[in-house]
Amino acid sequence: MTFTGWLQIVVFCVLLIGLSIPLGSYLAKVYSDQRVFLTPLLGAPERFLYRLMGVDSRREQDWKQYAKSVIFFSLAGWLLLYLILRTQTIQPWNNYGGVSFHSAPWNVTFNTVSSFMTNTNWQYYGGETTMTYFSQMVGLTVQNFASAAVGIVVAIALIRGIANRTNKSLGNFYVDFVRTVLYVLLPISIVSALVLVSQGSIQNIAHYVNVHGISGLAQTIAMGPVASQEVIKELGTNGGGFFNVNSSHPFENPNGFTNFYEMFLVLIIPASLVWTYGKMAGSRRQALAIFATMFVMFIGGVTVAYAAEAHGSPAQHAAGLHTAVVANSTGGNMEGKEQRLGIAGSALFDVVTTVTSCGAVNSSIESYTGLGGAIPFANLSASEVIFGGVGTGLYSMLEYVILAVFIGGLMVGRTPEWLGKKIEAREVKLVALGILITPLTALFATALATASAAGRASIASVAGAGPQGFSETFYAYLSQANNNGSAFAGYTGYDGTFGNLAGAHGITFADLLGAFDMLFARYAPILFALAVGGALAGKRVSPAGLGTMRTDNTTFVVLLIGVIVLVGALTFFPALLLGPIVQALTGHLYH
Amino acid sequence: MRRDLLTAARAIIVTTIVCGLIYPLVMTGIAQGIFPGKANGSLIKRNGVVVGSALIGQAFEAPVMKKGTAVLDKAGCSEWIVAKRYFQTRPSGTGAPYNDTGTLDNAESSTFSNLGPNSVLTVAIYKCNISAYLALEKPYDPGLTVAKIPVDAINSSASGIDPQISVANALIQAHRVASVRQLSLGTVDALVHKYTTGRSLGFLGEPGVDVLELNLALDRTTSRS
Repeated sequence: MTFTGWLQIVVFCVLLIGLSIPLGSYLAKVYSDQRVFLTPLLGAPERFLYRLMGVDSRREQDWKQYAKSVIFFSLAGWLLLYLILRTQTIQPWNNYGGVSFHSAPWNVTFNTVSSFMTNTNWQYYGGETTMTYFSQMVGLTVQNFASAAVGIVVAIALIRGIANRTNKSLGNFYVDFVRTVLYVLLPISIVSALVLVSQGSIQNIAHYVNVHGISGLAQTIAMGPVASQEVIKELGTNGGGFFNVNSSHPFENPNGFTNFYEMFLVLIIPASLVWTYGKMAGSRRQALAIFATMFVMFIGGVTVAYAAEAHGSPAQHAAGLHTAVVANSTGGNMEGKEQRLGIAGSALFDVVTTVTSCGAVNSSIESYTGLGGAIPFANLSASEVIFGGVGTGLYSMLEYVILAVFIGGLMVGRTPEWLGKKIEAREVKLVALGILITPLTALFATALATASAAGRASIASVAGAGPQGFSETFYAYLSQANNNGSAFAGYTGYDGTFGNLAGAHGITFADLLGAFDMLFARYAPILFALAVGGALAGKRVSPAGLGTMRTDNTTFVVLLIGVIVLVGALTFFPALLLGPIVQALTGHLYH
Repeated sequence: MRRDLLTAARAIIVTTIVCGLIYPLVMTGIAQGIFPGKANGSLIKRNGVVVGSALIGQAFEAPVMKKGTAVLDKAGCSEWIVAKRYFQTRPSGTGAPYNDTGTLDNAESSTFSNLGPNSVLTVAIYKCNISAYLALEKPYDPGLTVAKIPVDAINSSASGIDPQISVANALIQAHRVASVRQLSLGTVDALVHKYTTGRSLGFLGEPGVDVLELNLALDRTTSRS
């Protein structure tokens, strides 16, 4: 580990805290229908979009109507994206890779469409060898915006339910959606895309470039509208790379600064939403408690991952390599890491994108050391509540808060109350289901995939030796269930070749199991979150008494961390033992 | 019900037009106007011919191929044809020994090597990379041992097209390049430092030597040998 490595991490945390507070206030204004500095510019386009969509912006929705809009909108998006991805041969901007791209097979497309719609962005395909520019822009970029906005507005609806004391309204889905895209996602994306291009990210619609290498070797360089997709991929915690190697590609992530900037884009909305919650629920101290909980767990992950990767891997040491810091080289486990990003920049990026549901990678997670690779596992096992995906992180965390309040209430023998509202059987049941559904889906799919020959067919023959094969499989379904999308990339659902995809075929078992994994673990929790919002909306508020358990002090932060770790550990520990923990503890080499 | 479905359909179409057509195309237009060089891939031309991109790693060696697969020596390692007058980039997961294709630094199909940290196969590949590195560099730098090889020279990059190597790696290769090109070590070392990109803003990321730009500078310094 180096001083500059730590400096990078510390500056990142300071900036995150510093800038998330004002953005959180801004978001609170956007969702409370107040004037913001962009209103004069965007007010007219906003009303125009409502007219185009046929939306009555004054109509309020209860939780069932809100949920219905979410489901119908998602369904329409799924169908359109499937249509786009399966008609590549008749699209404009095809054949830019030198050959005309066919569409990926139906099973791979089924997986990809479900993946982008659920904000997972799990990819069984390689971008530059499979997707036309049209599919990337008109298909995938759109779902990067839409799925992010859906996540955010569900969190906002839950907050409204928590804060609403008079009626059952959670707001209006389409109004929230349009305002999210117009006032939050698009402005930040436009500025950020230009920042990335200024550093070397590409943004063009040009043919792949043929290069005459100076030693006589030919090279073809893939092109495309990368920066515009890259920024929303980070900002919306989507994570689906334009290129196969995602943010390790120099055109997606040209230098140390862009790496830092992209990490910041990933975390800024999830962090800000915590403060937004504080504003809208009327208590900054409540938000502070949640922020502190998330931050403590985040820093723990970063420290372990950085230390593990700086130490190096058993394979390196067995080959005789020295992995200590020496003059002009950082040492460490540089397998699957880029020189310009380094160990610290890779480890931090890895933690940032796995605590959130982003799943972008700037280094190969498959090649992380056992302990370094265990951190993404741990983050996913905590069900993405450490900041988490845009919106999804906050609504999942609020469910954990209710669970902690309930457990705390049991301990002291009082009716649990939260923000003055009684937590009753209905809320606790909904919360328990909402919390358990994702781990159950992940474990069920993993068990099915490891127990069947069809599932084992996806394990990489080269890299998946010993427990690594189990780790790959487990991570695949854990990542998809949490809508993360990062991968131990040896696990595959697609045998594809470049361009015309002759002989390419998907592995139906992995494709479909993954798709159902993603869909179920996305929409069931959304429905539970909205139902909790509906249950809390309109509840009478009683003044806090002597017996009320406080939810804004250090004791509660400790209790909350305890509940999160306990639920994660009890659910996942047996499975984690079989994979990453064995590797981290033994340092064994496997055939 | 029907009205809800209709609204959903209209909403996704409007979103598609705004976020999928207007946004990326306007960004492309602006980027092409303000940063045309960077937006098109930071391409480098020499005598009017595109010879590479400043951001994309380029191979200066190739595995010996026979009937579409890499030829292996007795130890099971690939054999290489190396342009010795050039600095070499990092091992690339896009070609041998990670898979059977001969194309290193393949920038139309980027890929990770996906080598596991606890795999016997990973160790075997490292040993191949180490023996190849020693065979190439030790004749010019007799003091070189396994322990002194920087990790980035043996571990494959993430993208498979990493344009950079560590300064330590470059300073070892400088012995060979200086000798082959009949330049003084000091001249080559100075060029290495000239083409080293430092950390962004002094603390973000790690310094690295831009291999293609360094090699082009060497070509300008000496006639081809």
